[in-house]
Amino acid sequence: MQQEPSRPRSRVVLHALVASACVLGCALIAAVLGVNPQQLVNGISLGAMYALIALGYTMVYGVLKLINFAHGEIFMVGSFAGLASLTILHLPFAGALIVGMAVAAVSGVIIERFAYRPLRGSPRLAALITAIGVSLLLQNVGVIALGAAPRAYPAAIPADPIPWFENSLSVVVTQQQVVILALTGAILVLLHLIVSRTRIGKAMRAVSQDRQAAELMGINADRVIAFTFALGSAIAGAGGVFYGVYYGTADPLMGLMPGIKAFVAAVLGGIGSIPGAMLGGFLMGFVETGASSVTLRISDEVAISGSTLRDAVAFGVLIIILMVRPTGLLGRTSREKV
Amino acid sequence: MTRFGSLAYYAPRAAVAVVALGLIGVVGSALTRYLNAYVIQVLFFVGCNVILAVSLNLVNGHAGQFSIGHAGFMAIGAYLTAWISVTYGKQWLAPFEDHPAAWVIGCAYLVALMLVGGLGAALGGLVIGLPSLRLRGDYLAIATLGFGEIIKVLLLNIDAVGGARGLTGIPRYSTLGLCLAAAVVTVVLLRNLMGSTHGRALLALREDETAAEAVGIDVASYKTSAFVIGAFFAGVAGCLYAHYLQYINPRGFDFMKSIELVLIVVLGGGNIWGVIVAAVAVTLLPEALRNTDELLAFLPAKWVSWVPDDPRMVIYSALLIGVMLLKARKGRQRDGPPAKGGG
Repeated sequence: MQQEPSRPRSRVVLHALVASACVLGCALIAAVLGVNPQQLVNGISLGAMYALIALGYTMVYGVLKLINFAHGEIFMVGSFAGLASLTILHLPFAGALIVGMAVAAVSGVIIERFAYRPLRGSPRLAALITAIGVSLLLQNVGVIALGAAPRAYPAAIPADPIPWFENSLSVVVTQQQVVILALTGAILVLLHLIVSRTRIGKAMRAVSQDRQAAELMGINADRVIAFTFALGSAIAGAGGVFYGVYYGTADPLMGLMPGIKAFVAAVLGGIGSIPGAMLGGFLMGFVETGASSVTLRISDEVAISGSTLRDAVAFGVLIIILMVRPTGLLGRTSREKV
Repeated sequence: MTRFGSLAYYAPRAAVAVVALGLIGVVGSALTRYLNAYVIQVLFFVGCNVILAVSLNLVNGHAGQFSIGHAGFMAIGAYLTAWISVTYGKQWLAPFEDHPAAWVIGCAYLVALMLVGGLGAALGGLVIGLPSLRLRGDYLAIATLGFGEIIKVLLLNIDAVGGARGLTGIPRYSTLGLCLAAAVVTVVLLRNLMGSTHGRALLALREDETAAEAVGIDVASYKTSAFVIGAFFAGVAGCLYAHYLQYINPRGFDFMKSIELVLIVVLGGGNIWGVIVAAVAVTLLPEALRNTDELLAFLPAKWVSWVPDDPRMVIYSALLIGVMLLKARKGRQRDGPPAKGGG
């Protein structure tokens, strides 16, 4: 959660500058390395999903200082709820999206109520382990209930390339990508409005600044935390439906790697910062697709293909950025006072 | 009073150590003779996990540097030593196969390998210890996670060690006796370290870094050394593990293995004996849950038809959540309501 700054306008401008500089830098690096512009399009699509998952991590971290390891599984639950409403209820895509978000939100709130709330005030490590336990539980219940095999996800949005992009920019952009990106943008704007303009958003920011003080001001912290879980989980659920539609499959373990990557994205952007999570998500998407399209030729026989090292590159970038900026790109640096 | 550092100080202690290790070796080989292979393997894993958990406890529990990449160090030790054994070790030891003291030579070889694996992992610990100087808390945790994942991905892509197929054909030089002896040595060494001046310095680091620095503790070198020492023992465990299973795969050293170790440290409560108990329990629990079918067999089939074929991991994770919640409730009853709303 972003701290209410003293001069909000300049802060927003600064963030926008940093974000655009990062994106431009990525594009430049990509151009130098000779990355196919197609990969940039794919990077944006992947990045949108990472950003959607990363937001939940960062919001929960903001109010609770908890790494919600079960967040990737909420993403999975949302995806399967969307799948069920597409295949069993035969809802249109919009309906599936709403069902996915709602089911994810409800499961997030339930998890918070029964697994995390009893642990308020115990060491943070205890809550972290519980979160891992919840994550394992959901994965394994999913494997038993749904089977470990991936299921086909219907392409609720047609994956046809849009001719305009092909003709004028010579890249393939599908309708899916455009719809997903537009909806992601809408969700991000909506989230921004909720956090910055509503009463509950203000309460969220207050709780993330100082829970005790917020409670003394009459804010019901438990309710705010539950709301934060609902909001973050709903966004992850949307990400899950997008992911299923975009990649065409869903399986009970699908939340594991995207979950870790999105968490890395949240840390990259500065955990606790909402714009940071968005930026980090898109950066992760770029780095990953960029890395997988590059091949380093050491000699004629030895060539390291980026696609196999994709994950290593993503984590390597994270470690390097943390070395330079230990609290992430947009994270608040706090000086320790004695 | 014998002087610290003199022969009279060391001789009896060394004698006790040798006798104790010998006894462990004898017990280990006796166990090997009378127990079936499955039980031996489980006991072996218990020994390995004790080494791993106690060494992670030094980093996480004692020095307070939250690391979730411990499996990466284990992987370094396992792969380095397994590669040495597969490419060179077999030839080196081949002439001694029929030697009457072959097992002594085998033991000596494995002990040397454990040191090599430990040193290799310690080097990795140095690499990850350096960023820890700038990072705190969750940022450090995620950097160590990233490090572990990088190790895994690199191993997946190095063809010389089998890549994604894993490394096969590792000779079996580890024995239960050696493993238990290594576990005991690790526990004794780390317990002594934690009680020493250096150990107390690490403790001070955990409690308050600024205050520790103010009283003259070299924070940078202590932080790094915690990682190096922890990684060393993880490498030793990796070496034992590889030379017992005879097959290793990068996926066996992933994030979940690290999490399992963090879990042991948290359940153990930071106390070294607690960590040992937790290591034994966490290793045995999934094994005990293997037999749920037999446990349920006396109930009418109608009642238990909903129970899935392999409920092991579900029970495991549910127990994990239950134990943490129970622990929190107990803590509250003991300490009263938390004074601060943090958490």
